[in-house]
Amino acid sequence: MATRRLSSLISRSFSASRLVDQGRNSSWAKGICQFGTAVAAEEPITPPVQVNYTQLLINGQFVDSALGKTFPTLDPRTEDVIAHVAEGDAEDINRAVSAARKAFDEGPWPRMSPYERSRILYRFADLLEKHNDEIAAIETWDNGKPYEQAALVEIPMFARLMRYYAGWADKIHGLTVPADGPHHVQVLHEPIGVAGQIIPWNFPLLMYAWKVGPALACGNTIVMKVAEQTPLSALYVSKLFHEAGLPPGVLNVIPGFGPTAGAALASHMDVDKLAFTGSTDTGKIVLQLAAKSNLKPVTLELGGKSPFIICEDADVDQAVEVAHFALFFNQGQCCCSGSRTFVHESVYDEFLEKSKARAMNRVVGDPFRKGVEQGPQIDLEQFNKIMRYIKSGIESGATLESGGERFGSKGYYIQPTVFSDVKDDMLIAKDEIFGPVQSILKFKDMDEVIRRANATRYGLAAGVFTKNIDTANTLVRAIRAGTIWVNCFDVFDAAIPFGGFKMSGNGREKGIYSLNNYLQVKAVVTPLKNPAWL
Amino acid sequence: MHKFADLIEQHLEELAALDSMDGGKLFFFNKVLDIPGSAETLRYYAGAADKIHGETLKMSSAYHAYTLREPIGVVGHIIPWNFPTVMFFMKVSPALAVGCTMIVKPAEQTPLSALYYAHLAKLAGIPDGVINVVTGFGSTAGAAICSHMDVDKISFTGSTEVGRLVMQAAATSNLKAVSLELGGKSPLIIFDDADVDMAVELAHLAIFFNKGEICVAGSRVYVQEGIYDEFVRKSAEKAKRRVVGDPFDPHVEQGPQVDKKQFEKILAYIEHGKKEGATLLTGGKPFGDKGYYIEPTIFTDVKEDMLIAKDEIFGPVMSLMKFKTVDEAIERGNKTRYGLAAGIVTKDLNVANRVSRSIRAGVIWINCYFAFDRDCPYGGYKMSGFGRDMGLHALDKYLQTKSVVTPLYDSPWL
Repeated sequence: MATRRLSSLISRSFSASRLVDQGRNSSWAKGICQFGTAVAAEEPITPPVQVNYTQLLINGQFVDSALGKTFPTLDPRTEDVIAHVAEGDAEDINRAVSAARKAFDEGPWPRMSPYERSRILYRFADLLEKHNDEIAAIETWDNGKPYEQAALVEIPMFARLMRYYAGWADKIHGLTVPADGPHHVQVLHEPIGVAGQIIPWNFPLLMYAWKVGPALACGNTIVMKVAEQTPLSALYVSKLFHEAGLPPGVLNVIPGFGPTAGAALASHMDVDKLAFTGSTDTGKIVLQLAAKSNLKPVTLELGGKSPFIICEDADVDQAVEVAHFALFFNQGQCCCSGSRTFVHESVYDEFLEKSKARAMNRVVGDPFRKGVEQGPQIDLEQFNKIMRYIKSGIESGATLESGGERFGSKGYYIQPTVFSDVKDDMLIAKDEIFGPVQSILKFKDMDEVIRRANATRYGLAAGVFTKNIDTANTLVRAIRAGTIWVNCFDVFDAAIPFGGFKMSGNGREKGIYSLNNYLQVKAVVTPLKNPAWL
Repeated sequence: MHKFADLIEQHLEELAALDSMDGGKLFFFNKVLDIPGSAETLRYYAGAADKIHGETLKMSSAYHAYTLREPIGVVGHIIPWNFPTVMFFMKVSPALAVGCTMIVKPAEQTPLSALYYAHLAKLAGIPDGVINVVTGFGSTAGAAICSHMDVDKISFTGSTEVGRLVMQAAATSNLKAVSLELGGKSPLIIFDDADVDMAVELAHLAIFFNKGEICVAGSRVYVQEGIYDEFVRKSAEKAKRRVVGDPFDPHVEQGPQVDKKQFEKILAYIEHGKKEGATLLTGGKPFGDKGYYIEPTIFTDVKEDMLIAKDEIFGPVMSLMKFKTVDEAIERGNKTRYGLAAGIVTKDLNVANRVSRSIRAGVIWINCYFAFDRDCPYGGYKMSGFGRDMGLHALDKYLQTKSVVTPLYDSPWL
């Protein structure tokens, strides 16, 4: 199964089956969108998979938590319990870190040849492909993202990422460098040791891949705290990883909550490195805990309020589609979503009309149903937060073009919502909403849009839509963000580094850059006697 | 490329047998070393295919610039007969990884496994026309590739004499890029503090492995005077015990030389050695009366100006010499137009560092020999050639660097 760019495959697979019914057309004429509730009232499709792994994974074994605690993980379509999962706390983190410590300090993993490590990663990728559909079903069930998105794009991308990292395992180079005098100098790049990794719920398996891939390719061991909202898929695939030959203790997976398990991991004195993806607020806590404990180095992938800038020469139809995708993809639950859509005044009216129509055509419903573009939000907390922001948008004077309400009466579905006449100082333009709420703003000239795009404490990504080479080059260099997508969005190929400026975080994931997060640099110096050259 | 590697592993026995029959190589070694190793080489480069990076650059004025590493195009690979499979994949793997297409001209002595690999490549899904194999002779097929106006690059492994012809043909035709991996007369320098038994073992391996038909053979063994006598005695014993015979027999350590021409050339060098006044310690004669088998042979009291010390013999003939000081070892080790490999046996950190930086050769093995690795670049200094195989450096041979430049206006940083 060839992996393709998210944007092109998603729009290709969904545009063919978009539903436009009579009801929507007539209500569009009134200028306000009314979504039918028929879809949500349907019986939820039974996921074609069983959940078999609900315990902590420590030292190659699935075990209950030390205190016997469990917590429920819910189906966001129905608010029903999918399964009760072991809840890890400080003691479980201790056990997991001990296992990872032992596996690193004494076990075979760092000592085996890099080629053998790569073979295990390649075998894991093969197993992912073999179980693609089951894995996608678990991911969809726990997270609510459309099944086709998981099965056709994300899981194949997961396998592809594992193969990318497998290929690095036997190619990790340090340098020999010149000295100013008669010394022989080598710089070794060594595995850093035990990596603590805390991952979020929006892309459970891709986030797993971005962390586990480089850490293992570099010869480290891992303790991973998975999100309480989506613990199931990581447990399933980690079982496959052990089938592929991963030695026990190399990868330990602990479902649990941030303030307990996550904090314990960030504070642990025997963890050599922490990598965190999540909200900026939690990122600040994680960094503090690392500082107060053993000063472990920390990389952070945090939130964003990424500008999507549509210039006057943009192809409007294309821009509408890409801007729509940039915001609404994954139920709006992307750290890098293009959540401030800046449109040049000369194309503003056309863009707005078309964006509104596109949002009203967005197919919301049971993610297991073919053709659905948008499933439910992840949980009640997010649902309530998004609804509060929508209310704030209306109250602060933005124009509600479409959506704005809950979708259906069960589950955390929200109508695709579009605001226009948004001003920079409105909350919906400043805060990360993490939901299907598009904010459209007008701009006049380049200097203005650069200033406004940069007027944020975030700096994760940006989209630029223009045909002009100079406009592109200028905006690319002027916007302070870690990824600039020109005439595209959400292109996440394996070699492309991803990460934030400013309060969107530090450090980069993917590509060769990700290896730096999991290596220590050791300089080795020895004198030379009568060197033939210096 | 991964599928190709899997197919090679699935056809291991047949491939091993082909190389044994064709090249006289030990069946056992083909099965456990040459062929599985080549599958691993393919996998190494498969993992490099998506990691070929150019750079964005730091221009001194308002320009945005970057380099693109592009596949160089059509590559001619001319490979020798001593390691038919290893050589095939050493060349083909990096060229495939970067996206080139190629013509392989295997040696006329050992064409069979190359044809089999071409067949497996097709089964693996490599599109037609990407790997072409033309069996034939150097002076006809090889020369035609080197002179072809539509070939962008030649990668040649073979003798220094033929390497000259390859380079000349490239120059007189379209100035195609050339890399050469040629012969050697590599020194193995053994210091007083060496473990004598380990050193004897290493030296034996360094010259007699693959019946001496290896470009990096440690064919000049320098032993420091303190351990010289014991070393000579033990080396002779070990050489006498080497089992020569049918390469399909798992107890055999040394098969026949590859063909009559090589066989006669080696025997001629042995005669030279005797005439020039070197002492024949052991061996020196053909082994048996059928096939191209030669006894493991050791000469002592060899001087650097003797033919057997200057020329690459490419057979099971060791030249053993005594030295006194580190300086002397370095000077004599470098006294050759070749520069492919060198071995150093010592525990002394300073000696190891000094000698490794002083010997003009592309690969220095300290307390080991033949320590090849997929990630370790390999190639020659001086008349042993230029360009590197293995490691990520090998990719450079098959890539062009293109700079792309465009002006910037109002950039907030430069």
